Amino acid sequence: MSGERLLTIDSLSVTFGGLDALKNLDFHVDEGEIVSVIGPNGAGKTTFFNMISGMVAPTAGDIVFRGESLLGFDPNQVTARGIARTFQNVRLFANMTILENVMVAQHCRTKQGVFGALFNTPGFRREEEEIRAHAEKVLGFFGTRLIGYRLHQPASVLSYANRRRLEIARAMATKPTIILLDEPVAGMNPKESEELTGLIGKLRSEWGFTIVMIEHDMNVVRDVSDRVVVLDHGETIAQGSFEEVSTDPEVIEAYLGRPVEGAS
Amino acid sequence: MTAHLESGTHEVIPARGGLDQNWRKLLRYGGLLALVLVFVSLIGMPVKLDSRIVVEPYISMGYLSLLWLPALLGYTVSAEKVLEGMASHARGAHELVAGAIVGLVGGAGLALLIWGLDTRDLSDPLVNWGDNLLGLLTFNETVGYGMLVWLGISTGLGLLGGLLHLLPRTATRAVLTALLAVFLVSALESALDDISEGFRLEWLFEWLFEARGGLTPKGAIAVAVVAAGYVVFGRSRAKAVRQRYDAMPTVERTRANAALLVLAGVAVVVLPMFLGKLTNELLANVGLFLLLALGLNIVVGLAGILDLGYVAFFAVGGYTTAILTSPQSPGLSPELPWLVALVVVIGMATLAGLFIGAPVIRMRGDYLAIVTLGFGEIIRLTVRSDWASGLTGGAQGITGIPGAGIFGVAEVRGIDPQAVFYLVAFFCAVAIYVSWRLERSRLGRAWMAVREDESVAEAMGINTVNVKLMAFVVGAILASFSGAIFAAKVGSVFESSFKILVSIVILVVVIVGGMGRIAGVIAGAVVLIGVLGGPNQPGLLAEFSEFKLLIYGALLVWMMLKRPEGLIPNVRRSRELHQEEFLQDAWLRGQVDADEEGNTTGGATA
Amino acid sequence: MRVRHAPRTRVDWFLTFLRFSLTALVTVGLLAFIGQQIDPDNFFARAVNDDASRLSWESIKDLVVSGLSQGAMYGLIALGYSMVYGVLGFINFAHGEVFMVGAMTGMITSNKLADGGLWESNFVLAILIAIIVSVLCSTMTAVLMERVAYRPLRGSPRLIPLITSIGVSFFIQYTSALLLGPGAKSYPQLPDWLRDDIPWLGIEGKKIVVLVVAAVSMAGLWYLVERTKTGKAMRAVAEDKEIASLMGIDVDRTIVTTFAVGGAMAGVAGILWGILFGSVTEFTGFLPGIKAFSAAVVGGIGNLGGAMAGGLTLGSSESLAPQMVLEPLGVTGHTQLKDAVAFLVLIFVLLVKPTGLFGERLSSEDRA
Repeated sequence: MSGERLLTIDSLSVTFGGLDALKNLDFHVDEGEIVSVIGPNGAGKTTFFNMISGMVAPTAGDIVFRGESLLGFDPNQVTARGIARTFQNVRLFANMTILENVMVAQHCRTKQGVFGALFNTPGFRREEEEIRAHAEKVLGFFGTRLIGYRLHQPASVLSYANRRRLEIARAMATKPTIILLDEPVAGMNPKESEELTGLIGKLRSEWGFTIVMIEHDMNVVRDVSDRVVVLDHGETIAQGSFEEVSTDPEVIEAYLGRPVEGAS
Repeated sequence: MTAHLESGTHEVIPARGGLDQNWRKLLRYGGLLALVLVFVSLIGMPVKLDSRIVVEPYISMGYLSLLWLPALLGYTVSAEKVLEGMASHARGAHELVAGAIVGLVGGAGLALLIWGLDTRDLSDPLVNWGDNLLGLLTFNETVGYGMLVWLGISTGLGLLGGLLHLLPRTATRAVLTALLAVFLVSALESALDDISEGFRLEWLFEWLFEARGGLTPKGAIAVAVVAAGYVVFGRSRAKAVRQRYDAMPTVERTRANAALLVLAGVAVVVLPMFLGKLTNELLANVGLFLLLALGLNIVVGLAGILDLGYVAFFAVGGYTTAILTSPQSPGLSPELPWLVALVVVIGMATLAGLFIGAPVIRMRGDYLAIVTLGFGEIIRLTVRSDWASGLTGGAQGITGIPGAGIFGVAEVRGIDPQAVFYLVAFFCAVAIYVSWRLERSRLGRAWMAVREDESVAEAMGINTVNVKLMAFVVGAILASFSGAIFAAKVGSVFESSFKILVSIVILVVVIVGGMGRIAGVIAGAVVLIGVLGGPNQPGLLAEFSEFKLLIYGALLVWMMLKRPEGLIPNVRRSRELHQEEFLQDAWLRGQVDADEEGNTTGGATA
Repeated sequence: MRVRHAPRTRVDWFLTFLRFSLTALVTVGLLAFIGQQIDPDNFFARAVNDDASRLSWESIKDLVVSGLSQGAMYGLIALGYSMVYGVLGFINFAHGEVFMVGAMTGMITSNKLADGGLWESNFVLAILIAIIVSVLCSTMTAVLMERVAYRPLRGSPRLIPLITSIGVSFFIQYTSALLLGPGAKSYPQLPDWLRDDIPWLGIEGKKIVVLVVAAVSMAGLWYLVERTKTGKAMRAVAEDKEIASLMGIDVDRTIVTTFAVGGAMAGVAGILWGILFGSVTEFTGFLPGIKAFSAAVVGGIGNLGGAMAGGLTLGSSESLAPQMVLEPLGVTGHTQLKDAVAFLVLIFVLLVKPTGLFGERLSSEDRA
């Protein structure tokens, strides 16, 4: 199933004003894997994503992507190297159209500048065509929801579920190797999250993305993950297949006795 | 002010009785009116604008500065925000009484002022306190007469303001348009004089206007009738044309746009030939500021960077041109032709954009504003200092700048405003083209993303530092063009032409016009710079020059409070700023995701 | 695996270059200054500036004292910027105008008092009255400003209230010019004991007064913020408005209080300006306002002690740097660049330590 090692995280730690958000975290992802990161609120999951994507600098440890350390990179450099992400509290460019949201995400894969735009050079026109075609292809992944008349509507008119979908589309448009999904089904109803679970599987099978996902919905986690990593208080407390993890006493304790199964 | 939604139905509940009032609100509005009336009187507007006649011999701008206020507040006091699906009251005596009471309270304030003017002498701190104001307010009659008349006028106007609610919508619109038209035609008097001469329409001008200035009564009536007639008869037709345009397929619309553009271009080329020196000079000034505003629009409107030191780039353009072309430049004086100097200007502006941009680009938006302002001041202070005077002439500036020679075809100088206007218009056209192309390019999208949410833009692979620097540089080059033309036009440069004030005035133009929207910026520049005037340049209402910066300040506040998207809003921006209302409206119409079944979360999150 | 750090961008290199060259310039200037103080014919000082000459200790003392007294004034204004930024997270650009209103009303009051004779007969009482009047007027201006212009904008993007405050600033400036007439207006002459040097210190009395009044106001503010219930509410609102309101704190009222206290401090600073410089124009608020904001940033925005310290730092560097750095470097007409120095200090601090010398204190939603 899994191929080459893509991302290796080596005893990563970060401290915010005396509070250890992450402590000596070790983590790895292989090509083609779907890994879920779970854990109670405040376990440091989003901080973990922020650190991979370069938005927060770790205090210690290393992040290595394809043999190259990502430490000190700006977020845009990380994305350019092939790690895209979505946000827990959906952050779209609300006043840009749906099409533009996805087009702008291809920025680091394109290169036309002022000159091309001003003189409308053939190269410029070709690239615009390509950007647009790729944008529509990506949006088409979600069926008809985000295309057609929707293309030219501002992202702010979308429903919550569609905003989540557009965020995923935007991450896909950056042509990444790994996509980091931060609670992709949060706020969706069971039917929608079931559908999205299927799509996450397709992200790997059809598009070839490797996926790291933070998720609270255990049904989703069980359905798609190859491997589950449990964080608590900034530390990895368990790791393995969903079945292994869900029966781990330490994990159950971390969730304060709440039955892991069926929690949503 | 009032947000009536044009379409849709709402429940109408019966009118309230005349005395069934929210008295506290009335008192608040009345008190506000009184305060504003006294304020306007004391800053000297009525006295100083009295010489400018609107309709001879009835009304001057001085009186007008007071008269519109009771009507406005009499109207707004009973304006309601009517949202779709909500109930609203039928209109009736309630509105009339409310307007009249507000007017009465305001009039009482003015009466009190008259009494104070008569009995006390506060002219020591308040320079406008004195007999001039008293004479004007009492119509040179007795104090008691003046007080009574103002009580009456103010109450009456308040009543009229309230009455507007009772009239049918078209009638209200016709009345307001007629009044506005009379005011505008009178404000444009000198320009119209100029234009009528060019088109051999002196007879019309003489019929409309009194020789001493101001519309004749019959002229005013004619203007009002024409304007009202347009509203009643012409508006529906205009609307139909608009609808047809909206319904056009894209190809046809592009063609229509192109036709309009050509038409506008022809107008810009042909019109100045019929205009006199004065109007051309005015247009040239408008063009210079429009060029600056278009540049700032890229920086502020598209990329969302609030650059308050924008004038620095204007200065770079002006001083580089001066040093390179003037034989009287104190230090370096290569006396290059203007076009060659322009190439250097572009280079210098790029360098300046990078040099100022690089240190500030990573700062928080508001820090960036203050630091760029600091840079603007540093540049001005340095240029003025003895230390740099070997190059820049210090406080003496650089004079003797020859005109701009264009390939030997023309020599553009300040004494020929028409030529200056053509030159400015050419560069404005370039700036408009650049803005238009860039907005629809990869770079433009990246700018918008940065404006919307910088950290997300960064996470989506946009190198925000580079992209923002690019905005700085493009803005800087456009501003430096304006500076280069300015230097050639005026023939000299002094540091006093490059104060921070200029940055702020341009910012007002961009914001009033509508951030991020080219047509809006053009409208903003024409209205503000053309009518009120630039920081050092008079506009059509030369009498207003004392008040224009006060008005600019007030406009900026009002725009931010009421319509942050400007007069002609960029649709995107207005959505951003009225997001909640927008979502609410959509929700009320039940349109949030009608195609999305079983979605319970709705559009409630923003 | 070897830890390899990301390549630095060109912008980074440029910034490093800027930091380095600014530091180098200041260092060379200071060294040259030290050189010329030891011996004006010193080789090093000569090499940097041909006309190097020794600055007397007397004039250095004068520079330090006037720098500190101006700095104290900036500090008082900076408190208003800092408090508002701490609580609402935006720059109240018009705060300089609040200071100007203080100076203006102080001028009017003291002239009226001078006409009535109280200024000469009982100066202390007269200046107290003037202080009270200008503090009242400044406070009212600040509160009114909050009510009319800023409250409706609460929660909008940070730049919107900033632009609004620029408009407010213009409005107040030109209101003053139109109501009271444009141009400089003088304070009545100070009594001799304030104009003359204090014998055993050799410092002008008015500067001492300025320093003392500033210190007293600062102490009062410190007491208010750290020791009273109102202060506790202010700190709570600064930390997190939502939580504060859940704790039963009236957020609106606390914000008004913040503006009022900042306005009062600006009013005091306005009178001090009158005492120091003796005249005021409608534009008096602009530069000191910007400099005071710079002081607030230099000290660390949201940090009240930092604002005062920042003011003193800025005031003294603005006063000393032209003589101690620019002149030894051979810059002619160096005092003309005094205002530029203030902005350079701001830029330098933001380049080197963006959180200010003493650290920022911002509410949770404003920490970026």
